[in-house]
Amino acid sequence: MSDEQPPEGSAPAARRWPEPPLELETIRRFGPHRVDARSARLTAARADERLVKTHCCFCGQQCGVQLVVSGETVVGVEPWYEFPFNQGMMCPKGVKRYLQQSHPDRLLRALERDPGSPGGFRELGYERAIQRVAGEIRRLQERHGPECIGMLSGASLTNEKAYLMGKFARLALRTPYIDYNGRLCMVSAGSGNKKAFGVDRAANPWSDLLGAEVVLVSGANVAECAPITTNYIWQAREHGARVIVVDPRLTPLARTCDLFLPVRPGRDTALFAGMLHLMIEHDWLDHEFIERHTVGFEAAAAEVREWTPRRTAEVTGIAERSIVRAAELWGRAKTSFLLHARGLEHHSHGVKNVLSAINLVLASGRIGRASCGYGTITGQANGQGGREHGQKCDQLPGGRDISDPEHRAHVAAVWGVPVEAIPGPGVDAYELIRRIDRGEIKGLLSLCFNPLVSLPDSGFVRQALQKLEFFVAIDFFLSETARLAHVVLPGSLQEEDEGTITQVEGRVIRVRKAVSCPGEAREDWRIVQDLARALDRAAGFSFTHPREIFEELRRASKGGVCDYSGITWEQVERELGVFWPCPAEVPPGARRPAANGTPRLFEPGSWNPIARGAGPFFFPDGKARFHATPHTGPAEDTDDAYPILLTTGRVVSHFLSGNQTRRIGPLIDHFPEPRLEIHPRLAERLGVADADWVTVESRRGSCTLQAWVVRTIRPDTVFVAYHWGGRRSINQVTNSAQDPISKIPEYKACAVRLRRAEGPPEHAQRLEPQQ
Amino acid sequence: MSVDARDARVFFVDPGRCIGCQSCVQACTECDTHRGRSMIQLDVLDRARSPQTAPVVCMHCESPTCAEVCPADAIKRTEDGVVQSARKPRCIACNNCVLACPFGVPKMASSLDLMMKCDLCYDRTSVGLKPMCASVCPSQALAYLTPDELARLRPAARPVNTFRFGAQAITTKVQVLVPRGAPVEVIDVTAAMHEPSLGHEVAAEVFDAVLEGADAPEGRS
Repeated sequence: MSDEQPPEGSAPAARRWPEPPLELETIRRFGPHRVDARSARLTAARADERLVKTHCCFCGQQCGVQLVVSGETVVGVEPWYEFPFNQGMMCPKGVKRYLQQSHPDRLLRALERDPGSPGGFRELGYERAIQRVAGEIRRLQERHGPECIGMLSGASLTNEKAYLMGKFARLALRTPYIDYNGRLCMVSAGSGNKKAFGVDRAANPWSDLLGAEVVLVSGANVAECAPITTNYIWQAREHGARVIVVDPRLTPLARTCDLFLPVRPGRDTALFAGMLHLMIEHDWLDHEFIERHTVGFEAAAAEVREWTPRRTAEVTGIAERSIVRAAELWGRAKTSFLLHARGLEHHSHGVKNVLSAINLVLASGRIGRASCGYGTITGQANGQGGREHGQKCDQLPGGRDISDPEHRAHVAAVWGVPVEAIPGPGVDAYELIRRIDRGEIKGLLSLCFNPLVSLPDSGFVRQALQKLEFFVAIDFFLSETARLAHVVLPGSLQEEDEGTITQVEGRVIRVRKAVSCPGEAREDWRIVQDLARALDRAAGFSFTHPREIFEELRRASKGGVCDYSGITWEQVERELGVFWPCPAEVPPGARRPAANGTPRLFEPGSWNPIARGAGPFFFPDGKARFHATPHTGPAEDTDDAYPILLTTGRVVSHFLSGNQTRRIGPLIDHFPEPRLEIHPRLAERLGVADADWVTVESRRGSCTLQAWVVRTIRPDTVFVAYHWGGRRSINQVTNSAQDPISKIPEYKACAVRLRRAEGPPEHAQRLEPQQ
Repeated sequence: MSVDARDARVFFVDPGRCIGCQSCVQACTECDTHRGRSMIQLDVLDRARSPQTAPVVCMHCESPTCAEVCPADAIKRTEDGVVQSARKPRCIACNNCVLACPFGVPKMASSLDLMMKCDLCYDRTSVGLKPMCASVCPSQALAYLTPDELARLRPAARPVNTFRFGAQAITTKVQVLVPRGAPVEVIDVTAAMHEPSLGHEVAAEVFDAVLEGADAPEGRS
């Protein structure tokens, strides 16, 4: 696909959707209700407590934790000091996560939609539910063909589950239509990394931050979204690092950074073009590295020729002197580390943003060595592993391409099926919703995904999902999306299953089962295997333990870019994590992976299966790629009717769509409901005071919430966090324009207008804040 | 230096590192002796102007004012310098300590008629574990370090443990980390009370400049 394609889903054609229903009855029965520490732990006996070494279930850092378990109840958490990444550190979500287990909202039995029952659902036995789901799938496929079924999966699943979901969709559902919620998370970074480096993984372990002279953090609210990374950055600073932060808001990390670049949302490529322009002008370049290890520098250099500091300042809204200072700090450094996250990537030109950031790294030559690093910060628990093993619409395990005949043949052999049995590429998650809307996809299986809260322009998503002839959701709590399902199957929490996860640094780690699934809940891999059997398509779905799935994953990934073939569970446990690539076999003369795999990519003389010794990067010539990245603004920019930019993100006490954290009392109390951050100058112009109710409105929808008047945001931009559902969801307002390559939606910039509301809206009076 | 002194760990507070995540507060509420209550307070200094926050833990004074003003002799200091929470049989819930502590640390649990405060996780520290807050703190604004670890991990910082509140000078077991080059021997708390929060100037300057830029037609792209 060409870089020059315009973003999809142009805004002016959008329409306004009705307000979502309040769903009072459903919420009364299924929550989200809050649970607080005291009530949950008082029931637990202390004498039989044991500690289970595992990992946090939330973000991609995957902090090592010890769950305190009493019988079949998780009653608390204890630091796991020996785990090297976090050494006992935890954010508040990790501290309070134990409260999700034995929560009264937990789904213990299958549910079937029934308008006559309280909350709109009645319970049914697990086996009957499996039979009903299989029957509906068979009925739809007999009438409309296999492709009428879609599947949405998620990147909080273990590697084993993620692998099995991709296999299940292709072989048991026989549909090309599977995609996952990493589509809203890691795909711009992934596409950019593959285009520039040929491989999609953080290039360095975080320990390489220590010793970096400059740490450039772009579009990453590290303190709230990846809290443990803060200590790495502060440690780098203790040893002399200068910290540069690019963000439209003065984040907690930005507060004491050395240089703060308050970029206007959607202008990151322009900033990096301006910096590269100055690096070239002052010859702050590593010519030898560029010559020996890269291609495409001339085109990138030509592209930035016009990006003088003056023009860069005009477009980005950053002071000219700050741009010059940033280029000087970055350009002159001997060592450096560049980190970015969704602030850079959630754009209709997210891949270009990533590529323009990588241009700065390649021009400096500072990669593949100690204290010279680059990485994108994954969002979800398995944001890394979940994007490698086949639940993406165009991918097969090992990071293989579903359109490549050799790749298909390898995986077909592992799966023991003819190549033709593997369908071709499907479509991205948002396009899958559009196909539901158009009636092309009539049945949906979803798990580990709450698209009604997490997808943009959620009014469109709701009316599309309501068109489904059959919708089955697997979940442990009844999420906002699952409320629309015809059948809900009770799935498993992370603490109820064994498996591996690949965390932010590319380190494969072990999550351990602390308790059993309660009631009739089942591990998600068992549920889809039960469905495969009920569909009479059981071949290849007879695993009895996650470890057996991992063994097959090893073989399926062998020889691929994301090669796990040399990783064993014993090794993962012994080494406290193993970094891929870790091939079981390398050719004579090539460097073997260490006991803990390959912590740092692109080291001089390193071997990879694409370059085969030609160079450190994952292309046949072994060279990294510069890209010319012409700047384009957001798909929907401000105009007279919608004069303000809206950007969205997260807060520290909640996680993603909030299906878990909005049930944990202490996390709710920390940040009960979304507020609209607005600069006092803009607030004054609109007659809005702190805590006033305001309506923020786009061409698609509106949301009424309380203003938070703070000087820590650009005066032309407002910010709202996205963790809430229903009428509190800011995704009623956001734009579904997508990057043409990665298909990531543009959460970080759309045009809105604001007005003071008369008073609190109905939902604020009838629902608790987390509901 | 004796072996004991090399191993002895000191509790440090570095407010410059704090990110306001409340991990310390949440972890503190998990303690068995005060389940559901935090003995740490996270101060949000001036959110309208800055995201700056600062954790307030008991500083464990060498001459603890709370103990000095206690009419019931309910507050004890251990041999190793930990000022303990009020002893339940003795505490008369008079509130003297709450009002007198210059750092504002002790809190009255009125439902229990008992003053409660941080005792440096005595259950953990007495068996060689770190206090819970300093274990979990993701930015290590709260840190529990040996002298060797301090030298290795905080080369840019210097500990200070003398504070001035008007005429009262206080020396504490808990130490505050200040930038190594800062000419500070004593932290004058009352004098600092009216200083603007860190980040305030950045917010004012940077975003005011942004507004002017954004209003100009060429600011749009």
